[in-house]
Amino acid sequence: MGRITLDKVQKSFGDVEVIPPLDLEIEDGEFVVFVGPSGCGKSTLLRLIAGLEDVTGGDITIDGTPATDLPPAKRRLAMVFQSYALYPHMSVRKNIAFPMKMAGIPQDEQARRIDNAARVLNLTDYLDRRPGQLSGGQRQRVAIGRAIVREPAAFLFDEPLSNLDAALRVGMRLEISELHKRLATTMIYVTHDQVEAMTMADKIVVLRAGHIEQVGSPLELYRTPRNLFVAGFIGSPRMNFIDGEDASSRGAHTIGVRPEHLAVSDSDGVWRGTVGVAEHLGSDTFFHVHFDGRDEPITVRATGEVALKHGDTVWLTPDEDRIHRFDQQGLRI
Amino acid sequence: MARAVPTRVKARNTAIAWIIAILIFFPILWTVLTSFKTEATAIADPPVFVNFQWTLENYVTVQERSNYFRHFLNSVVISVGSTLIGLAIAIPAAWAMAFVPGRQTKNVLMWMLSTKMLPPVGVLVPLYLIFRDWGLLDTRVGLIFVLTMINLPIIVWMLYTYFREIPGDILEAARMDGATLRSEVTYVLLPMAVPGIASTLLLNIILAWNEAFWTLNLTAANAAPLTAFIASYSSPEGLFYAKLSAASTMAIAPILIMGWFSQKQLVRGLTFGAVK
Repeated sequence: MGRITLDKVQKSFGDVEVIPPLDLEIEDGEFVVFVGPSGCGKSTLLRLIAGLEDVTGGDITIDGTPATDLPPAKRRLAMVFQSYALYPHMSVRKNIAFPMKMAGIPQDEQARRIDNAARVLNLTDYLDRRPGQLSGGQRQRVAIGRAIVREPAAFLFDEPLSNLDAALRVGMRLEISELHKRLATTMIYVTHDQVEAMTMADKIVVLRAGHIEQVGSPLELYRTPRNLFVAGFIGSPRMNFIDGEDASSRGAHTIGVRPEHLAVSDSDGVWRGTVGVAEHLGSDTFFHVHFDGRDEPITVRATGEVALKHGDTVWLTPDEDRIHRFDQQGLRI
Repeated sequence: MARAVPTRVKARNTAIAWIIAILIFFPILWTVLTSFKTEATAIADPPVFVNFQWTLENYVTVQERSNYFRHFLNSVVISVGSTLIGLAIAIPAAWAMAFVPGRQTKNVLMWMLSTKMLPPVGVLVPLYLIFRDWGLLDTRVGLIFVLTMINLPIIVWMLYTYFREIPGDILEAARMDGATLRSEVTYVLLPMAVPGIASTLLLNIILAWNEAFWTLNLTAANAAPLTAFIASYSSPEGLFYAKLSAASTMAIAPILIMGWFSQKQLVRGLTFGAVK
C-alpha cells in the first residue's frame, strides 16, 4: 500500500516561501510525475515527502498514518537520487543489503532478496564489484536495487536519469516503467523533462514556483491544458501562441496551436509566411515559419521528409477543433 | 597539454630541490652524527664530518643517567591519548559543521582557529595556577588535557575539510535506508573518511609528540615526555653536545620512523580533495 496525502503542506527557507500551502492526493500504485522548470520546487516537494526536509506547515499522511513528524527511515519510502548516492566503500551486494541490514532482516532473507533484485536488474555478474567499477547505467540500477529490496510503500525518484546519456536514458525509462508495472507500487518521479513525464506517468503534477498548475493524465494535460504555462510546458516542440486579431476573431486573448495541428501547403491556407530554419529528423520535419509583424516564428511539425527549404513561401492552416483559447489572465476558455 | 621542459632547466630545478632538501635535513643529520662523537670531537674546530672515532658511549651514558623508556612511554601516552580524545570530540563537531551548518558555523570555525593565534605564553601563568590548584602539574592526565585542547582546532578543521568532500546525498541515502544517526556515522561517514581521519591522527600525534612549550613548563619528572628528556641535557654549566644529540636522536627516532612508514597516507590525507 502506498497512498500519500499532502494537506496544506508548506515550506519556507527563512523568509522565502518555496512551497505555498499545497494539497495533493497520490493513490496507491500510481506513477506520479512532478514536472516543472528548474527551481519550481519539485525536488523540495519530494524531499518533504521523503522527510529529508521538515515541512513548515501542513500534514503528510502515508497510508492513513500521520508521517509529518516521522524521520525518513520510518516512512517506508525508498529514494533513488540523481547522483545515485551509492556507498563507494561497499560492494554492490553490500550496497543493496544496507537497508535490509538496517532493518534487521535475517541473512538468508537478505540473500534471497538480493538475488531477486540482481536478476531483475541484470546485476548478477556485478554483485562483488564496487560502484566505482560500474558504468552510469549500472550504478543507477544498483540504486534502484537498493530501493526495491526494502519493499517500500512508495518509491521516490529524484531526476534519476539526468546523469545518463541520451540512449541510456531511453532504455532506463522503459526499465523503470516496466518495474512499475511489475511491482505495482506507488512511484513519485521528479523530472524537468516533459518527455519523461509524458511517457511514464499515470498522473502528471505540473509545478511552477511551488504552485500546482495542473494535475492530470498526460493526455488530459496535452488536450486540455488549464493555462498558458501548462500549454507551453507540455508537448514538444512547444505550442505556438498567437495574440491579436487571429485570437480576438476566435473570442480569445491568446490562442495556442500545437505544431502538429498545423497543415502546410505551398498554394493556399489561412496564414502565409516564409520558411526559416528547417530541422529534419527523418521521421518528422520541424519548420520555423516567419510572418510579417511577428517576432517569433511559428513551429510546424510535418510528418516524414518534406522538401521545403529556407526562404520558401508556405501557407499554414490550423486545425480549428484543436485550437486552445486563453483569456487575458492566461486561463483556458 | 604536457609542457616541454628543456633538460638544462630540469637539471637546474633538480639541483635546487636537492639543495633545499639537504638544507632542511642537515640539522637532523648533524645531530645524528654528533651523537656518535665524543664530547671533545663534538666541539672540534673545524668540525669533523664522518672521519672520527665512532662511539656509542653517549647512548650508554644517557641511558644510565636517565630513564629513556619512561619518557618514551610518557610521550606515547600523551600524544596518542590527546589525539584520540581530540578525535572523539572533533568527529561529531566536524560532522555537525559540515553537514548541518548553521548561520554561525563559519564564525565558530574562525573563532576556533583564532585560539591558535594567541601566543601560548600568554596563558601560561593562569593555566599553571589552575594546574597547581587542581593537582594536575606533572601528571599525564593534565598534559593530555592541555594538548587535546591545543590541537583540537586543527583536528576539527582537518576533519571538517574532509567531511565537506563527502556528498551529502550519500548520507541522505543512508537516512532513507533506515540508518540511525549512529549507524549513518559508523557505517557510511567514517569508512568514507578513513583517509582523512588517518592523516589527521598521524599529523596530530606528530604535533603532540613534538610539542615542547607546555610539556616543558607543566612537567618535572613523573609525566615528562621526551621533549623534557632532551631539555635536561641542554645544561648551562657544561658542554654536553654529544649527549644532547644522543638524547635528541632517541627522541625523534620513533616519530621519524612512524612518519616514514606513513608518509604515503600523510601526503594523501593532506592533499585530500585537491584533485577530484
